[in-house]
Amino acid sequence: MMNYSPGKSASPPPDPATSTASTPAPAPATPSAPAIHAENLTVTRGPRTVLRGLDFEVPPGQITGLLGPSGCGKSTLMRSIVGTQDKVTGTLQVLGHPAGAPTLRSRVGYVTQAPSVYDDLSVRQNLDYFAAILAPGRAAADRRHENVARAIADVDLTSHADTLAGNLSGGQRNRVSLAVALLGTPELLVLDEPTVGLDPVLRRDLWDLFHSLATERRATLLISSHVMDEAERCHRLLLMREGEILADDTPEALRTRTHADTVEAAFLHLVDEAAATASPQKERTR
Amino acid sequence: MTTPAATPKTHRPTEATPPPRPRALNYSRTTATAARVLRQLGHDPRTIALLLLIPCVMLFLLRYVFDGSPRVFDSIGASLLGIFPLITMFLVTSIATLRERTSGTLERLLAMPLGKGDLIAGYALAFGTLAIIQSALATGLAVWFLDLDVTGSPWLLLLVALLDALLGTALGLFVSAFASSEFQAVQFMPAVIFPQLLLCGLFTARADMHPALEAISDVLPMSYAVDGMNEVLLHTDMTATFIRDVAIVAGCALLVLTLGAATLKRRTR
Repeated sequence: MMNYSPGKSASPPPDPATSTASTPAPAPATPSAPAIHAENLTVTRGPRTVLRGLDFEVPPGQITGLLGPSGCGKSTLMRSIVGTQDKVTGTLQVLGHPAGAPTLRSRVGYVTQAPSVYDDLSVRQNLDYFAAILAPGRAAADRRHENVARAIADVDLTSHADTLAGNLSGGQRNRVSLAVALLGTPELLVLDEPTVGLDPVLRRDLWDLFHSLATERRATLLISSHVMDEAERCHRLLLMREGEILADDTPEALRTRTHADTVEAAFLHLVDEAAATASPQKERTR
Repeated sequence: MTTPAATPKTHRPTEATPPPRPRALNYSRTTATAARVLRQLGHDPRTIALLLLIPCVMLFLLRYVFDGSPRVFDSIGASLLGIFPLITMFLVTSIATLRERTSGTLERLLAMPLGKGDLIAGYALAFGTLAIIQSALATGLAVWFLDLDVTGSPWLLLLVALLDALLGTALGLFVSAFASSEFQAVQFMPAVIFPQLLLCGLFTARADMHPALEAISDVLPMSYAVDGMNEVLLHTDMTATFIRDVAIVAGCALLVLTLGAATLKRRTR
């Protein structure tokens, strides 16, 4: 597993106040255990099999993009990883523990597709509450305060800190939801379509933030998207279609292998390839 | 109010999160949840005003509806002091927890190190506080201004009212699991509360009902809530019946709260 950009990664986490970082940042090439390890992962919802025997690994300290059309099972896979999905079979290890283990609850940050925040609380009140759940007690009050201020700054909502979440725009509420996941410095961040409905400037800023989280805070990020141009900004990609993993590689390797100019073209190529072989065979490149 | 964030401290490189201890209740998380629920209500002053004023207005009306027969007002008024907190807390809790379920915040909370008990106790604490204020206002108005003739201590009325509020909170939490929209949640009010209202002895003594209905009323918690109120109304000190009533209402509240906790699932389909 090599990274697409060279260079040695920087220093221990810097001052929490700094949140800006330039892209594309180098990811640490640590040979440590995978952040997520799945073997024969299958999920059924009612009569439908949503995920069919997935095998994959997500390397630590990198950004892995989870791409595929709507309804291909991206959200279900993410819910399985954070432990809120029922009827999961197979092996799914997250940070060395079975997915959903109680010890993971403060180590994994999760942002759902729809913003899950309290509309009748201000941005700061929302974060204060979730921070109190993550680090309870009076002793942690100062640390909570710092974390809340940093998370609000990370998503660029400092000027809206005292606005009710319900009065914010859709994109802003999404960012409040993201800020909640950034509290408590999680080791793994699972983000379900975090950039949907955001303008290009904000999208770029968020991707800068994601890269700085990976390099400076050594977090592992799993980010789903159906916008293929975001794929180029990931270290690795998992391409999904109809509950199966079509490819698992770096964006560069994918393009080279399929002789495509963009990840989008590579994806379409792989879809056609899979359709051509009449029986749906899984292609895995690891 | 806020302390300046720029206080450079001894820097911990990575904040080691303490390993979660499996405990029934975490005091800080429970109070944080209660504070959050109250803060949400704080942004909704109209709801608070309605919650606090409606029982008072109803008692006021009732007092003058029964202007000619103060004994009837004593009986119905005391019963209503127990019924109001039950109904209002039922409504408020069922909507609040339904919102929590549908907005995704419940899923988020349960993916965090929050115990189900913490969440439920937090809700009970927040709405219990509100219920104390509501009951204190209504009881004070009834006893001091509307000449409700109570033989026992008004504090006991308040105690029963608080337990009723907890029962309402518990029932609301429980039924919210079976509602998928606010429309459905509101319809549970007539479904769960009205039968109890009819059978609790407010309209006629339970002994005068058809034996089948009396038997049903024997297993409905509101019957004991109203009974407890009437015990305080008629007796100077705590009777055995009063203690039984209080124990049953409290027991039911706890039982339903536990059932409510079981409806909060970390893993959903």
